[in-house]
Amino acid sequence: MALRNLMTKKPFAGILTFRQQLRCVQTFSLPDLSYDYGALEPAISGEIMQLHHQKHHQTYITNYNNALQQLHDAINKGDSPTVAKLQGAIKFNGGGHINHSVFWKNLAPTREGGGEPPKGSLGSAIDTNFGSLEAVIQKMNAEGAALQGSGWVWLGLDKELKRLVIETTANQDPLVIKGPNLVPLLGIDVWEHAYYLQYKNVKPDYLKNIWKVINWKYAAEVYEKECP
Amino acid sequence: MAAANSLSLTSAFLPRHGFHGPSHNQNVQLSTQKDALEPHMSSRTFEFHWGKHHRAYVDNLNKQIDGTELDGKTLEDIILITYNKGSPLPAFNNAAQAWNHQFFWESMKPNGGGEPSGKLLELINRDFGSYDTFVKEFKAAAATQFGSGWAWLAYKPEDKKLALVKTPNAENPLVLGYTALLTIDVWEHAYYLDFQNRRPDYISIFMEKLVSWEAVSSRLKTATA
Repeated sequence: MALRNLMTKKPFAGILTFRQQLRCVQTFSLPDLSYDYGALEPAISGEIMQLHHQKHHQTYITNYNNALQQLHDAINKGDSPTVAKLQGAIKFNGGGHINHSVFWKNLAPTREGGGEPPKGSLGSAIDTNFGSLEAVIQKMNAEGAALQGSGWVWLGLDKELKRLVIETTANQDPLVIKGPNLVPLLGIDVWEHAYYLQYKNVKPDYLKNIWKVINWKYAAEVYEKECP
Repeated sequence: MAAANSLSLTSAFLPRHGFHGPSHNQNVQLSTQKDALEPHMSSRTFEFHWGKHHRAYVDNLNKQIDGTELDGKTLEDIILITYNKGSPLPAFNNAAQAWNHQFFWESMKPNGGGEPSGKLLELINRDFGSYDTFVKEFKAAAATQFGSGWAWLAYKPEDKKLALVKTPNAENPLVLGYTALLTIDVWEHAYYLDFQNRRPDYISIFMEKLVSWEAVSSRLKTATA
């Protein structure tokens, strides 16, 4: 009888509840680059790549993890003012992590295909939506140059309308802020830290040169996944 | 900056002619002494920040206002008009940034730093509790202005109090009706050559070695006259 009771009783029920309370917030970590810091030269210097990856991106991740932990605690305590207050830090730092994670995949050394124009369905979509690849580059460069302050310029896909768009976002706002159906194919970081040590105030030169290391293969993969 | 009312935009703010302004400004001839703030702000930074960024704001503003009704107005008026109650017109960015940068250079001096005194210190103690608290809060504001922007100590004429303000991109406290007393530029171009990502280090050096409390006191005096 005692044994049957033991068998029917839910095992470790007390511990499950305890574990639920202890459920950890997922922490994020810095993704590795698939190329060396110096591999994008001369378009982007190794010095910039190292600082950009190891300092800037890492800081967004550290701050994002901290904010998420604080949010988790505030939610558990029912501390609504803190929950509301943390939204800014989550958007800034989470956005920074999202955007830079895409950015590293948007770049490739020239010997690994960086700069090679997109073929296949993305190439056709570019021609259909914008007329030519040159038109895309020109428009993105113009928007990137005109962006005041810090932000990003994006080539995105509206996955509902199956249409390509060129958009900018301010600060670390991810592309999805501009439209819930927007998927980033290609983003160019136009924060000054992305180019200043090499190009100083001449942002247009950075924008002109970055196309030599743009990894269209990744953009095409994302596009084909959404538009099979 | 107040005396700039009587100067036309082109003569007052073309950097290659040096800076013109009220007599209380320190004697830094910024057009010829790019190393005046070394080692705390490098001459290389100055060469780009003043010689390229600030100059471009001035040149582009002059192009934008040439032949328009904004031409001949004071820079402060141009800022307020083009701010357009929060829906800025095209010239706002250049106008505000031209003003902000001039104000920034005049907020610093060689062998700066130290502590404020007199009426300024009195108000800091009154409105922040202590100078140390003010420094802590000013540094925090400058460090947490996300993206590009500025941190300010300002005077609010309405309630006659000091306030800390942080603004994005080109915005400044003039558009809030405040009087600016001190600013630090936290756009990355202001510190990246010298400090790279280490904005807090830049802010500390600014407070310890660069800030001109004479300029701040003088501005307060004008604001409370």
